[in-house]
Amino acid sequence: MDFLKVEAVHHTYFTKTSAVTALSDVSLKVEEGEFVSFLGPSGCGKTTLLSIIAGLFEPTEGTVTLEGRRVETAENEIGYMLQQDYLFPWKTIEENILLGLKIGVSLTPDKKAYALQLLQEMGLKGVESQFPKQLSGGMRQRVALVRTLATEPKLLMLDEPFSALDYQTKLKLEDLVSGTLKSFGKTAILVTHDIGEAISMSDRVFLFSARPGQLHKTFVIPKELRDETPFNARNHEAYPAIFQTIWKELESLEPAGER
Amino acid sequence: MSPQENVKTLHQKYIQSLNREKRWVRFYQAVIFLVFFSGWELASQKQWIDPLIFSAPSKVWGLFLTKIQDGTLMVDLGYTLSETVFGFILGTFLGTFLAAILWWSPMLSKISDPYLVVLNSMPKVALGPILIVALGPSFTSIVAMGAIISIIITTIVVYTSFKEVDPNYIKVLQTFGANRFQIFWEAILPASFPTIISTLKVNVGLSWVGVIVGEFLVSSKGLGYMIIYGFQVFNFTLVMLSLLVIAVFATVMYQLVELLERKLIKNGS
Repeated sequence: MDFLKVEAVHHTYFTKTSAVTALSDVSLKVEEGEFVSFLGPSGCGKTTLLSIIAGLFEPTEGTVTLEGRRVETAENEIGYMLQQDYLFPWKTIEENILLGLKIGVSLTPDKKAYALQLLQEMGLKGVESQFPKQLSGGMRQRVALVRTLATEPKLLMLDEPFSALDYQTKLKLEDLVSGTLKSFGKTAILVTHDIGEAISMSDRVFLFSARPGQLHKTFVIPKELRDETPFNARNHEAYPAIFQTIWKELESLEPAGER
Repeated sequence: MSPQENVKTLHQKYIQSLNREKRWVRFYQAVIFLVFFSGWELASQKQWIDPLIFSAPSKVWGLFLTKIQDGTLMVDLGYTLSETVFGFILGTFLGTFLAAILWWSPMLSKISDPYLVVLNSMPKVALGPILIVALGPSFTSIVAMGAIISIIITTIVVYTSFKEVDPNYIKVLQTFGANRFQIFWEAILPASFPTIISTLKVNVGLSWVGVIVGEFLVSSKGLGYMIIYGFQVFNFTLVMLSLLVIAVFATVMYQLVELLERKLIKNGS
């Protein structure tokens, strides 16, 4: 059985004056334990697709199933990490990371200990009683990751989680996130517009074209790159070739005369 | 001198300059206070102003002492203070509660929109006579005055702040499967605390207006009654005393709200 299955998803946003089709006939499958990326120009409906997979709203047409069950009915099985950390500024770090468990009424001492241990593994010891404001951007994004992982989701979705960080922090965090998810064997979907990030972190890259958002092409990342950490993958000899392939494909998507 | 010592002395100098500035601010504040009251006293004694109308600090102080001794001031103050506090709390809570209902049901908020605008533009003290007839010339109707004057504006301001909470916080909660009540409790309400506190500050003043006008109308007890009675018997020392007492206690209430603000809003700053 397929782990995550997106079938013939269409989505149209309606406003008083227009109907905008964000996604048109998108079908894809993700295997358990796989790390995939959604890559594409802005306006290709990546975030819409992510929200639909997360079960935040239903698509106009089509279905999304996780282990054979529709995602609208799934609870706490999907973790979602946003562009910015969105830690609640009036809650301490500990209250923030336990939020998902509290909402799901599953805050047991075991799970609490697990969340606090995750925090330590992320290199954030002794910040439990601090407030988000007191932490740096990279630290806050790590806390947000702990908050997402604390509910032990089966599928993790990362919506450009590194785009608001400075380059150095971003590279370090890529390694940390990739390593953490691999060691837990989590399935993850990363939305990004950074080709390098998509190549270095994922097993497969789905390339989307814009207006309307459609799945254009799928790239399988060579095994030798998959086994490396994201930082080393960027310096691997197989990296430039796949980068060029994806780059050319992206270029071909841009209609001539748009720049 | 080593660079570290240099930094230390510079820092001390900076602290000293801060302290000096603070002392000057306090000094001028005291000067204004003294000039105002001694000027008032002097002008009254020299008959530059009509002492019958403007009284004098010494007369007000004398009246204050007699009214403290016979206990009548405490009785009036007690009435007005409890009416104001009740009116203030009731107004703020009901206003926030109404805002929560409007947030809960967008349909209801659309329907009620024109009515809120009408109610907000209406001068609430004009409802005084109706309240007094409906609820009786008593404690209840004055508290109602104190509350009604702030309810609608609280509702509108707090509801606006509920709507302006960053939708991404709601998204975070939704991905955890939060229901509408959890979203309200974990994100909407705490994110709006700063707004609620600032409406509290406005409501302190508004409730005093409502209660004093209510006491004008009911005319049986309280500081508002002291003012209207002093006016009718042309005892302006009584009016001035009442005004000064109101000024002091309105300030105390405002300070208490600020204290609450510091307790309630914690985010490590």
